[in-house]
Amino acid sequence: MRAKGKGAERTSWPLRRAGITLLLGLLPLPLILGSLLLGRKGLSPSEVWASLFGGEVSETARALVLRVRLPRILAASLVGVNLAVSGAAFQGIFRNPLVESRILGVSSGAALGAALAMVLRSGPAGVQTCAFLGGLLAAGLAILLGSAFGGGILVLVLSGVLVSSFFSSLVSLVKYFADPYVQLPGITFWLMGGISSVLWRDVMPLAVASSLGVVGLFLLRWRLNLLTLSEAEAQALGLPVRRLRFFVIALGTLLTAAAVSVSGVVGWIGLIVPHAARALVGPDHLFLIPASAGLGAAILLLFDNIARTALPTEIPLDILTGLIGVPVFFLLFMRQIRKGGGWR
Amino acid sequence: MAMKLVARGVSYAYVPGQLVLHGVDLTVERGDLVFLLGANGSGKTTLLECLCGIRSPIEGEVLLGEQRLSALPPRERAKWVAYVPQFAETAFAYTVEEMVLFGRAPHVGPFGQPSRADLEKALHALDLVGLDGLRGRPMNALSGGEKRLVLIARALAQEAPFLLLDEPDAHLDPANQHRVLSVIRALVKEGLGVVATTHNPNSALLYGDEAVLLRAGKVLARGQPSCALTAEALAEAYGIPFRVLWDGQGPPAVLPRTDSP
Repeated sequence: MRAKGKGAERTSWPLRRAGITLLLGLLPLPLILGSLLLGRKGLSPSEVWASLFGGEVSETARALVLRVRLPRILAASLVGVNLAVSGAAFQGIFRNPLVESRILGVSSGAALGAALAMVLRSGPAGVQTCAFLGGLLAAGLAILLGSAFGGGILVLVLSGVLVSSFFSSLVSLVKYFADPYVQLPGITFWLMGGISSVLWRDVMPLAVASSLGVVGLFLLRWRLNLLTLSEAEAQALGLPVRRLRFFVIALGTLLTAAAVSVSGVVGWIGLIVPHAARALVGPDHLFLIPASAGLGAAILLLFDNIARTALPTEIPLDILTGLIGVPVFFLLFMRQIRKGGGWR
Repeated sequence: MAMKLVARGVSYAYVPGQLVLHGVDLTVERGDLVFLLGANGSGKTTLLECLCGIRSPIEGEVLLGEQRLSALPPRERAKWVAYVPQFAETAFAYTVEEMVLFGRAPHVGPFGQPSRADLEKALHALDLVGLDGLRGRPMNALSGGEKRLVLIARALAQEAPFLLLDEPDAHLDPANQHRVLSVIRALVKEGLGVVATTHNPNSALLYGDEAVLLRAGKVLARGQPSCALTAEALAEAYGIPFRVLWDGQGPPAVLPRTDSP
């Protein structure tokens, strides 16, 4: 939460908030361009520019930029957008800032789908599709289970936890029976997250899901604010609470499942990014959604840049988000609390 | 428009077979302030939630004029009846202005955003409860009395002719109780119909046009507060003896008896 301002500060808040939101929303663009320069083979800015917008450049450089780096960078940004925006929406409707995008068991379901696909020796496209479907299946089950028990928020969270652990056990079962030399390492690496070997073919469905989910949630931005009230209050204000909540969950699940199917399991982004965005622009989803999207894309992109360039081999994303992200945000968190602002 | 909000023979059960309301009748007209009293668990809040349409009675009906409340779509219903809960239950720190704007929900489309006109109505509502100076303040930086008034302003922004308040005087110091209840009194004078629950019989005696005393889901006494809230009726409702004090001017007051065991 922002500091309780003095009079002058308060009057400028609407302007400042709009400014910060715009900045955060545009933040990924320069980062995307900058990230194109990074990689094991050094490319000059003019080479990258020429590859992107046409010009004199070697075929290898052009292929590297357009076929390898660009799809991966876009995929990383979109995964960040999806996890952060769905996290913000879920925190809103579950009225709990500790909820994250994987609350309904999406990533366990996706993990099961991916693991099964690997055991059945389907190619990367098959793994992505199965992971996506697995994620949808898990969330669908959690919603069904939740509504069978009355559809309240608490039972929904509980059924998410149940479905999550059930699917995790199924993943372990698949790992147990997987070929320990060929399949098991693949499954284990998938579970640690990463966006290596992403092709345009993988980015396109992700981009479609991202646009659908983000636009849908942004259209519902003010209704999302209302859903953060207690169920009785929201109903008394004339909202079809259960129906709206279902739409939001459906859109959030689409976003999460699409992200996880490309990146594997990446923790933490869907929890902390919405927090940080809320601390910067406040809880109104008109600002929170674009701010979360920009911040999520930027942070995941930074982590993915480290993942692909820091060591000779790829570093799994989930390891980076945990090892670097958690301490950094802990420091921010402490600073915010010392300033007397609290953190919501 | 002379329109009434009427509960006719309303019964409700949370668990099948265990009625918490037994055929309760209640009528509120515009310009009326009705207080609902009764011990904890006597069914006050349940009746209030039936009256505002977020619960449907298992028997009987709630009528808005000639129309059954449950037959109205939720958005339409919210244009007629507004509900003021005891606490603002948001998980996030919205500002006072944002919170009051939420009251415009029935007037804003599903993909819409409150307009400038909505904002003006919200600010007018804030003005009516005397909090126009606090519009930029986050909700969690307000006192209990201010929060209560913000919720009332939110309900006013809804522009519904009927207002249902759950314990508007609870957890407030005497000055804030008076502040909140006299704001409500003034709104009733402007033509709102209000039903408020309370645990303080003196609130009903001081500010109410009518008192309805519930016991175990049934109406025990009703009428003009000083007639309905007799020592006998209160003793039966709460299970302890009461005495009525009257100094010859203004409404009487009641206190529990402490002299007899």
